[in-house]
Amino acid sequence: MADQTAADETAADQSADDQSADEAAATGGLSTAPVEEPETTTAATGSFGGPREPGARGHLAWLGRELLGWARWFWRQLTSMRVALILLFLLALAAIPGSMIPQNNASAVTVEGFKERNPGLSSFYDRLQLFDVYSSVWFSAIYLLLFVSLVGCIIPRSWQFVGQLRGRPPRAPRHLDRMPAYTTWRTEAEPADVLDAAHRQLRRRRFRADLREGGGERGGRAHVAAEKGYLREVGNLVFHLSLVVLLIAFAAGRLYYAEGGKLVVEGYDFTNNLTQYDDFSSGPFYDTDDLGNFSFTLDEFHAEFVRSGPDLGTPSRFDADVSYRTSDGTEHSTTVQVNEPLAIGAERVRLLGHGFAPVVRITDGQGDVAFSGPVPFIPQDQALTSVGVVKVPDYTNPDGEPEQLGFQGFFSPTYNIDEVRGPHSTFPDPDDPVLTLTGYHGDLGMDAGLPQNVYQLDTTNMEQMVDEDTGDLFRFDLRPGESIELPNGMGTLEFEGFERWATFQISTRAGNSWALGGSLAAIAGLAASLLLQRRRVWVRAYPHRDGHTVVEMASLGRTESNRIPEELASLAAALAPAAPMLPADPTLLADTEAGPGSDTSEESAAEGARS
Amino acid sequence: MTLAADEGLADFSNLLIYTAMAVYALTFVAYTAEWIFGSRSRVARTSSALGGAEAGEPGEAAESADVPAQRPAVVVRKGGATSVLDRPKIVTRSTTPERDAVPDGPGAAGGDERGDTFGRIAVSLTTLAFLLHLGGVVARTIAVGRGPWSNMYEFSTAFSMVLVASYLGFLAFRRNVRWLGLPLVTTVLLDLGLAVTVLYNDSTQLVPALDSIWMMIHVPLAIICGALMYVGAVGAVLFLFRDRYEAKLAAGGKPGRFATSVLERLPSSLTLDRFSYRINAAVFPFWTFTIVAGAIWAENAWGRYWGWDPKETWAFITWIVYAIYLHARSTAGWKGRRTAYLCIAGLVCFLINYYGVNIFFDSLHGYGGV
Ligand code: HEM
Repeated sequence: MADQTAADETAADQSADDQSADEAAATGGLSTAPVEEPETTTAATGSFGGPREPGARGHLAWLGRELLGWARWFWRQLTSMRVALILLFLLALAAIPGSMIPQNNASAVTVEGFKERNPGLSSFYDRLQLFDVYSSVWFSAIYLLLFVSLVGCIIPRSWQFVGQLRGRPPRAPRHLDRMPAYTTWRTEAEPADVLDAAHRQLRRRRFRADLREGGGERGGRAHVAAEKGYLREVGNLVFHLSLVVLLIAFAAGRLYYAEGGKLVVEGYDFTNNLTQYDDFSSGPFYDTDDLGNFSFTLDEFHAEFVRSGPDLGTPSRFDADVSYRTSDGTEHSTTVQVNEPLAIGAERVRLLGHGFAPVVRITDGQGDVAFSGPVPFIPQDQALTSVGVVKVPDYTNPDGEPEQLGFQGFFSPTYNIDEVRGPHSTFPDPDDPVLTLTGYHGDLGMDAGLPQNVYQLDTTNMEQMVDEDTGDLFRFDLRPGESIELPNGMGTLEFEGFERWATFQISTRAGNSWALGGSLAAIAGLAASLLLQRRRVWVRAYPHRDGHTVVEMASLGRTESNRIPEELASLAAALAPAAPMLPADPTLLADTEAGPGSDTSEESAAEGARS
Repeated sequence: MTLAADEGLADFSNLLIYTAMAVYALTFVAYTAEWIFGSRSRVARTSSALGGAEAGEPGEAAESADVPAQRPAVVVRKGGATSVLDRPKIVTRSTTPERDAVPDGPGAAGGDERGDTFGRIAVSLTTLAFLLHLGGVVARTIAVGRGPWSNMYEFSTAFSMVLVASYLGFLAFRRNVRWLGLPLVTTVLLDLGLAVTVLYNDSTQLVPALDSIWMMIHVPLAIICGALMYVGAVGAVLFLFRDRYEAKLAAGGKPGRFATSVLERLPSSLTLDRFSYRINAAVFPFWTFTIVAGAIWAENAWGRYWGWDPKETWAFITWIVYAIYLHARSTAGWKGRRTAYLCIAGLVCFLINYYGVNIFFDSLHGYGGV
């Protein structure tokens, strides 16, 4: 706090035997970490109100004091380091179940499967929100408490830090030799000159240094107090603040987002409005009027697959050539690749998947075209064996009556057939494309008003086509350009060829740039906070009764780093010209050299003896 | 675009890895010999330091030193013929002053000449094995035409390579870390053994979803962070043993002969603790960056930067555990055993994320290729 220095002054005044207070003052505020309350203050809970005056007013006043006391107590607990640690620990623990139990947000289908297999366990899990761990009440409670604690921690620390920046480095403690790194020697230079040189030296090394007079009535001796490495604290505050920014960005992303998927066949368009999406979801604050005004065409889709070696059949390249039109009417051409989304305004268009769409043409019993166009088939495996259905709702049968047709089957880009798997593909490129279908006629059930899956055929009201000669079920293989007569003069089906299709995800999310900025700031802050050292150095010089000057130097770092004593050694060496060393008393010297702490490692100059 | 796999080169890479494993096995023998020969030396420096605790009590020393100027002032360099004045001597104290006096052990060789010879041989062999290992990884990189970390086999070989590189790096910077040699080489042998048997995968292709600049940043960083976290955790484990040993001595107990022989030669608990802390503190910002790079990549590939996929979740858990560790150290003032457990827990989370999630969990990060 701002009165930090005042506290130091008083500390310096205290009697010599009150050493721990003296040291505490010198150490104080080096870390902006909150000082843990001694247990005694928290042990007194339950009696914040103090004596209760008689009457209702007295009672109320007592209650107010009591509540305030509890609130303060609770707040102090919440923002204490110990509770922060516990909350962090709980957060780590709470994140675990979500990695082991299927989660709705990742794959609702997997969750459904799990529920079917384990009905009893699932209802238990459901009650504990274990299928939605990361949005569950308990998980949210932990991180919200953590962030309240964080804010409650940062704000006072920031104030405290500003106070320190405005104040002066704290005075030297009386017993410098109690500091983590200490050195002393005797010289013939004048104390004032030594201090001046030390002051200059420390300033040159960009310490914030302060020459303190030794006040007669204060009892303290003149010394230089210096401090460096404030950037560490800045880094630490920046880091913790960035965590708050990250959390807000994350919350914003949950509340305001839109995400939709669309399958587009080569040559077809997509216009960004709600009706065009295959699936769409958005956050509570998203208004579908916010959908960006653009459209695009999938001009061509390129896929390449490895043709030899151990990775036979794995994809090596997916490119979607698209042309898009933005709201200002301009048209652009570009290529969308996996990992390289196309940004149009606030929206990102991402390439997710691809497959084949056989182009079929069906003429009805009257010779009219009942259906013509590409039909997307859905890949089932790496070799792109694809399944799909062709629905022909507007069809007239040979008798001139309206009826409906449906076909279902496979598209195999590289055709093969065997006993076990039936028709399937052996390679994802269209080396030998074959369309294998069986046909149905009757009622597709599309008029019932219920939404239908375009990739599934509801055959409850349909009859399977039968070969008129053999009586077998009507099933056929076609290669591009081939066509087949449907039985009983029901018309013809021509497999004209195929197009490729691609699925795109179109999404927008609030807070992305804040999340990125926050995380980069967090890393920078962390680096400063972990790699920089904040430390204090004191230099004291005073005349000794034998006529020499005694120089004492000590430093105190935030963490026990080797670099602190190393730096002190180099500072002492730099001060040596101004305060040349006198040889020590040989008897005393022998004493230390024999001590157990004498160090033989390479770093001995810095490490020194430890005792 | 990725090049077609060069199978000849890939085979050559495998050959190099197998040769490296053979040399690592020899290295293992040499380090073991160093420890065995070193056990002949009998220098009980620790117990003398702790045994004479009363005399060396720094607090009391300071109490008696009312006039600091009378304390030893100048170091006299022992090598010099006469008393050459050098720099002032720095006296340090830690928060566990009773342990300040404990000197580091002499190292595995324990001052024994034969042991030291074996130790030096072991370091040379480690270097040789590392070069072969590096060659294997580089050959594989060229053979597959992309970063050598796209399946668990490659990840594991790169992981142990970085492990050895960091060890050699410490040695090159004249850190006294030869005591790390035996545990590290043991790990490397296990890791490579697992890699060439269970995890081997000759896949070379990078599916388009993995073909991103962020993968070039995210995965190698994860490997480097993981290897350094491993080194930090080895320091923490050894710290736990050594700390118990010192505590026992300080309490006047007498540890067993084997424990004494081995632990006496390790660095002091203070040194081990700091070693471990420094590594973890330095790695943490990089680990954070690893996660951020992964999030940016996920944003590009899947349209969300964070989706609580098991891999992401465990990276997060690992991160939180290390944050607890750093917090506990720097603010709650925990030192020693409890933080050592936290550091080990952090590494365990990393390993769960790497092996556990790839093998047992249903994750989008399905590049495991087991
Ligand atoms: C969201 C969870 C949090 C994370 C991931 C986190 C992470 C960290 C990290 C990595 C450090 C650096 C450690 C070092 O300087 O050696 C740190 C320091 C610190 N954190 Fe947190 N922290 C979190 C929440 C909190 C909370 C809730 C508080 C307050 C109650 C807090 C207070 C501090 C303090 C006081 C320091 C040390 C400052 C110093 O060394 O001078 N942190 N934190």
